[in-house]
Amino acid sequence: MNKKLLSGPYLVWMVGFTVIPLLLIVYYGLTDKSGAFTLANIVSITTAEHAKALWLSLGLSFISTMICLVLAYPLAMILRKRGVGRGSFVVFIFILPMWMNFLLRTLAWQTLLERNGVINGILKALHLPGQSLINTPGAIILGMVYNFLPFMVLPIYNVLCKIDDNTINAAHDLGADFYQTLVRIWMPLSIPGIISGITMVFVPALTTFVISNLLGGSKILLIGNVIEQEFTRGSNWHLGSGLSLVLMIFILASMALIAKYDKEGEGTAF
Amino acid sequence: MMKKTKDRFKQIVENFYLVFIMVFLYAPIATLIVLSFSNSKSRTQWGGFTLRWYIEMFKSATIMNALQNTLVIAFASALIATIIGTAAAIAISSMKPFPRTVIMGITNIPMLNADIVTGISLMLGFIAFGISLGFKTILIAHITFNIPYVILSVMPKLKQTNKSVYEAAMDLGASPIFAFFKVVFPDILPGVLSGFLLAFTMSLDDFIITHFTKGAGINTLSTLIYSEVRRGIKPSMYALSTVIFVTVLGLLIVTNFAPGRKRESR
Amino acid sequence: MRRKSFALVLGGIMGIGLVLGGCKGPSGSEGSQGAGEVYVYNWGEYIDEEVVSMFEEETGIKVVYDMFETNEEMYPVIEAGGRTYDVVCPSDYMIQKMIENHMLAELNFDNIPNLEHIDPEYLERSKSFDPENKYSVPYCWGTVGILYNTSMVAPEDVPTKWSDLWDETFSGEILMQDSVRDAFMVALKSLGYSMNTSDPGELEQARDLLVKQKPLVQAYVIDQVRDKMIGGEAALGVIYSGEMLYIQEEVANQGLEYSLEYVIPEEGTNVWLDSWVIPSNAKNKENAEAWINFLCRPDIAKMNFEYITYATPNKGAFDLLDEDLKNNKAVFPDIDSLDNCEVFQYLGDEVDTIYNDLWKEVKSN
Repeated sequence: MNKKLLSGPYLVWMVGFTVIPLLLIVYYGLTDKSGAFTLANIVSITTAEHAKALWLSLGLSFISTMICLVLAYPLAMILRKRGVGRGSFVVFIFILPMWMNFLLRTLAWQTLLERNGVINGILKALHLPGQSLINTPGAIILGMVYNFLPFMVLPIYNVLCKIDDNTINAAHDLGADFYQTLVRIWMPLSIPGIISGITMVFVPALTTFVISNLLGGSKILLIGNVIEQEFTRGSNWHLGSGLSLVLMIFILASMALIAKYDKEGEGTAF
Repeated sequence: MMKKTKDRFKQIVENFYLVFIMVFLYAPIATLIVLSFSNSKSRTQWGGFTLRWYIEMFKSATIMNALQNTLVIAFASALIATIIGTAAAIAISSMKPFPRTVIMGITNIPMLNADIVTGISLMLGFIAFGISLGFKTILIAHITFNIPYVILSVMPKLKQTNKSVYEAAMDLGASPIFAFFKVVFPDILPGVLSGFLLAFTMSLDDFIITHFTKGAGINTLSTLIYSEVRRGIKPSMYALSTVIFVTVLGLLIVTNFAPGRKRESR
Repeated sequence: MRRKSFALVLGGIMGIGLVLGGCKGPSGSEGSQGAGEVYVYNWGEYIDEEVVSMFEEETGIKVVYDMFETNEEMYPVIEAGGRTYDVVCPSDYMIQKMIENHMLAELNFDNIPNLEHIDPEYLERSKSFDPENKYSVPYCWGTVGILYNTSMVAPEDVPTKWSDLWDETFSGEILMQDSVRDAFMVALKSLGYSMNTSDPGELEQARDLLVKQKPLVQAYVIDQVRDKMIGGEAALGVIYSGEMLYIQEEVANQGLEYSLEYVIPEEGTNVWLDSWVIPSNAKNKENAEAWINFLCRPDIAKMNFEYITYATPNKGAFDLLDEDLKNNKAVFPDIDSLDNCEVFQYLGDEVDTIYNDLWKEVKSN
């Protein structure tokens, strides 16, 4: 009886549906329409419009990730304090919106932000001037933060829960004030959670095309939109694949960078 | 005395913060719920109470079909992924470090990669092999991105199991399969279960990968909502949101309060 | 432990959800009637759903219906062949592109006797993209123009030409079409060029103009333009003529205090024709022909017209309409009286790429 045989179906599956498809992207990305080898698809990331889309994506997703972190950390700390001993209902209340369909969550913001949407309706009722809220970078950041916030809260909350109360009490007994415990105890111990939170927010934010489509009025082109449109409209799959490769390299590079600081990261997400 | 007021103040700040985040999280959902009962397509005027969007939603074959597809795909893909993934996790845990690292590396690909790249690569794969896109391609795609979640849930549990108990069972004459189900399986069951549920949730919420791998005439809720929103929002979508939200909330309360009391009395 | 309870809660939710879903799931939708299926790929909001069920009832053929937003979105789907459709409804220039790339099957007109109800004038016009009338059967036609909201546009500002879409008074009040050819048509026409130009210099001028317009544009939309205009989201919108009747009806139904009017800009516009075609990889060609034949039946074409309100090339259906409608110039424009109007032409893959690249430059700017 060889246990290793049990991995057979999985290996076949992963080769067939993960490795080969990825190799196809590499193949398409490195060839042109006639099938000849070219680097043009990769290099095209440097053209003004692609580079701009990439920078914009990086910028918006970085801002969103930071906002998520700043919002989520105190929340996770409060939840840890409150959640213990009272069942985890409070925690679930904050995770619940995550179970709403991703597109419905985005739709909700569209409804709120539109020119004749709910927020402007309220402003009008108060005789305040209406604002153009939708179709701006701000709207996209809002959509990202709203959609991905739970992905930041959960991992941080999970690592915070693992911190022993005695450690904190010991710090207090030794005369540390709130700020000192935060910087010396809480932060260092929660780094794995922060890191997996950052990855779980940054990657989907960097590559999204849905949020920018629905909340950006197609006026704001992110790298995800460029790739999606090469496949669904421009019908230049080679270019789309080339840009996907670049995106993949960006993600892997940032992962590697993050992994350097991540000592026990595995499995802290859930 | 000083400390008490300070704690009091801290408490207030904390409560204020919780409420602030609550409002941020729930205001959009609450808006959808209110609008789903308004007898007017306008979003700023209350047109009187109505249930007609709900009737429209339940009558719509498209929405109901999409709902059915979503649930069937989520359940089937989670189940298959759990079987394949659990088997793989058992095998991987008994491997030597080098092959294990390689396989875990491959396992991490779909988790680390952007959804859009996974979706596109699968689409290219299906087309290259002449597999016509349809229900089965969505299912395959979902299984593919679900398996890693199962493996990552089961692996830590396997690490905790005691190998010698399994060996002892075999020494006492149990067949490997019997010994596995009697000794190892109960230990890793929580991991298997949470892997299944994680996979189920991931599948339910996926849009991007489905968007690229779906075939003619097939929609999941996510792809249906996307195309509806692109075409202009219909109030029956508000009704759908409300139903989904209320279902999730209701089940949350039911399942959370019952075991919650037990935990407290312990 | 917390993790376990997380899992348990999830489990409870999912389990019950499944049971509910199982009960709610519609039954019978999978039942095949023996006559097979037809996979239809059409524009959004481009058919009366009643017509679909009537077709299913009368022929026993099950309809699998999908929608696309733009010609450009439809093309790669058919080209890749990952999803196969039996009958598709693209516009003129895209049909030409599909013919030239050998993606369409010749129709068997023995199976489409109702073709006789199509006004020969439209078959004549089809020849610009389908020279021998072998591949396509006309479905709807119309123009592209500007829709404006009477309460948001002062009488002296009423748009009459495309260049009014560059008027700064409408900053943030303009909805543009989010499709390459339509967007460039607007810019090229306002420059006085042909909308079928492949001159790089002219195209670059058009791009610069579109870039200049971008800050004034509220959003680039496709099908949403209709609901957004009805909802009073914007003052001006570039729209297909066929939406007019529906919009005016809806404005009346909702009792809105403003009205929406349609103008064909004086620089000339795009006269388009959408036709049914059968891709060469279709699996149910005869069913597809039955579908086309059914839609050409005058009573069905009339039903469809009343629902989608796009001008019909069906003479039989036209004759059944009220005099008022027949004479409604917004719906059935007098083509000969329209100056400078053109039909889109397919310009070849290379020019397509130029258009796409320039459009991407506009969008990323």
